Formats: sequence, C-alpha cells, structure tokens
Amino acid sequence: MPHDHDHDHHEHGHGHDHDHDHEFSELSDVALRVRALETVLAEKGLVDPAALDVIVDTYETRVGPRNGARVVARAWSDPAFKARLLEDGAKAIAELDYGGRGGEHIAVVENTADTHNMVVCTLCSCYPWPVLGLPPVWYKSAPYRSRAVIDPRGVLAEFGVRLADDVEVRVWDSTSEMRYLVLPMRPAGTEGWSEEQLAALVTRDSMIGVGQPLAPGSVA
Amino acid sequence: MNGAQDLGGMMGFGPVAPEPNEPVFHARWESRMLANVIATQALGWWTGDRSRFARESLNPGFYLTHSYYEIWLAALENILAAERLVGADEIAAGHALRPARKPDAVFEASNVVSALTRGWPSDREPQAAPRFKVGDKARAKNMHPTTHTRLPRYARGKVGVVEIVRGCHVFPDASAEGRGPDPQWVYNVRFSARELWGEEADPRASVTIDAFEPYLDAA
Repeated sequence: MPHDHDHDHHEHGHGHDHDHDHEFSELSDVALRVRALETVLAEKGLVDPAALDVIVDTYETRVGPRNGARVVARAWSDPAFKARLLEDGAKAIAELDYGGRGGEHIAVVENTADTHNMVVCTLCSCYPWPVLGLPPVWYKSAPYRSRAVIDPRGVLAEFGVRLADDVEVRVWDSTSEMRYLVLPMRPAGTEGWSEEQLAALVTRDSMIGVGQPLAPGSVA
Repeated sequence: MNGAQDLGGMMGFGPVAPEPNEPVFHARWESRMLANVIATQALGWWTGDRSRFARESLNPGFYLTHSYYEIWLAALENILAAERLVGADEIAAGHALRPARKPDAVFEASNVVSALTRGWPSDREPQAAPRFKVGDKARAKNMHPTTHTRLPRYARGKVGVVEIVRGCHVFPDASAEGRGPDPQWVYNVRFSARELWGEEADPRASVTIDAFEPYLDAA
C-alpha cells in the first residue's frame, strides 16, 4: 500500500516552486513516494521501467572509478597519451571507450611537485561520471562544497593530505559542463610496472584531488 | 538565483564526512530516482538546466536538510506538476488518475546504453568572436539574477585571469528558462584566494571557475 502515510498527502503549491514544503520524516516514506512516482510515470507511458533497469545497471556495474584508474595508468605509462589527455580530456578518454553522460567535456589537470589540484562543484554535484561513476555523498554535501573553495588546505588535511607550504593549491569549481579529472603524480618505485599494476594504485579520491595514490608496497 | 545551492564559502556545516566503502546507492529508491530523472529528461521537454533550477528553487531550509536524491525527487515532482504531467494527487494515490500528453518517443531500454554513451554534449557553433583571450584580466559581474546562473556568489565582483578558452557552449542561464541554447563563450578564469577571501587568505591557493562570457567584464 503506497498511500497509507497521511503526511505524504499534503498539497503542494504547484507552479510556485519557491516555497515548496516537502517533509520526508523517514526513509521508507521516500521509498514509497519514489515508487508511486515511477508507477504513475510508467502508467502514463512517460518512462519504460525496463529502461530504468538498464540505467541503474549502468551506474551500478559498468561505470565507476576503475575506469578513471585505467586512464591515469595509461597516462603514467604512455607520454603521448598523457599529452593528448591534457590537451582534450574527453577525446583522449574516448580512446579507452569511456565517455558520455556527465562526461561529454572533461578537462584533466595534472598534479606536480609544485602544484596540487582539487575538484569541487559548489553549485551542485558536477563530477566526471564516465571515469569516476556517480559522486560519493560527501562530494555532494554542504561541508565539502562550502569549504573546498575557502579552506582547501583544511579540507585536504581532513582527508589526510598534507602539502608542503610552498605547494600551490588550485581548486577547480565545476561551474560549466566541463567536468574535471585530476591526474595524480605517479608514485616513486613503480618503474617497469604494467598499466594493470599501476591502475591498482589509483584511488577515486586521488582523481578528485583529495587523496594521493596508494604506495607501491600497499598492493600485492 | 541566490539559493541554498550556492554554497561556496559558507561556514558551519562541520567537517567533511567520507563514508568508507560507500555503496553506489544507499537504497533502491535512490537508484530509481536517478533513473527516473534521466529517463524523463530524455523526453526532451525540459533541459538539465531547468532541472538544476528546480532544485535550487527549493526552500533553503529543505535543501540544506535533505539528501541529494530527496532534493532530486522534490524538484522532479515540481517540474512534473508544472508541466501537468503528474499531480500530487496521483503520487498520493500511487496511480495515474488522468492521462498525460504522449511523448514522441519514450526512453527505451534498447536505446539506453548508446544514449548514455553518446551523452548530451553542450558545445555549439560560435555566434560571435570571443571577447577575451588567454591572459586577459576579467571582472565577474556583480549580478543577482532570480533565475538559474552558474556564476557563484563568491566570485561576483572579483577580478581573475583568463587561463583557458573553453569554446562555445549552451548558456545555462537561458537554457533553464527554455530560451536555449543561446551559445556563449566559456572561459576558465582563475582567482587568487586573496582576491576572493581577503588578505588573510592562503597566498598559494587559487580557485578557477568556468565562466560564460555574459558573466564577465574587462578589467
């Protein structure tokens, strides 16, 4: 029974979005509400539930940060690819067959000994979906979005990233349809490693710029 | 609009709280919410920019105290109501109570993977020559539209340097209002932390935004 919760039934001031008055008192109410919405949309022929299944499967199983790790590992291994990646991120990433929604336009920014890059979307949650998947909750949350631009070193310290005072911090606020991927520095001690081995060192957070790659000794 | 979405520089939200081994979705309804947003937007009746504006237009008290997918739900409900596609009474009933207008084509399962892989690129042919070039100083306008904009408050009135010319893209401010694409040049503009936050700020930090040309004046 999707409609036995009285507090789901209040009227909305349609056409006047600014004083919207939703109340979600518990998770189950939201789940019921989403189910009701999907049922109505499907009954009206506005969505195909089978298509919804494919969308969910795509982001649960096909798209995620392992894609980005492969991109980074390729850049660490192939200087020509790295040059193309820094020139036009989305175009180079397409060489690995990644691309599409949420990553139509991707800029890749390179960390160096002098410069550390970190990515935020203060206005919403823009994130390079084809290479990192859907953003984690913290990336979409008010604490990160509010502080990344005004206190980047403080935020980085909370993530365990402590930079020398002379390292410049560049924060990229994703305000257009350009999404960002950080190219972290290749860890020392990985000479001769294969792309697969290197990819295992690349964490999601290192590609957002709030972490560093794993140390070579940390993986088998 | 100066809504709760424009969070850059606000204080008081506490530390960032990453969740170890976070799942892609925390509940099934979150995954269905994402899928319903994508599938309804693919009908082509409104833009992603309008969806963003619908989220920003939620009461700030609501926006700041609900999860991202709850925000998506509330915003989608508002759009569907404004478009007379789904009413609150139907969501309460859990069933359609009246027919809605029919789409040219529903987003079908067989099309999903190719459509998501193709995406919806925002680059467009330029309508004019760019006003700025790399190295130019630019001042972000002190503007406070009541409609959707991608110029965050913290940058308004501040002077930065054009670092990269991004090309010409759909102008979200127009697209959100159904006046798109109105393509505009986009510039990556870097602001020093001291320009944005004052003399006490980190001398070795900067913030870049990707600014649409109408946001900028020569400086």
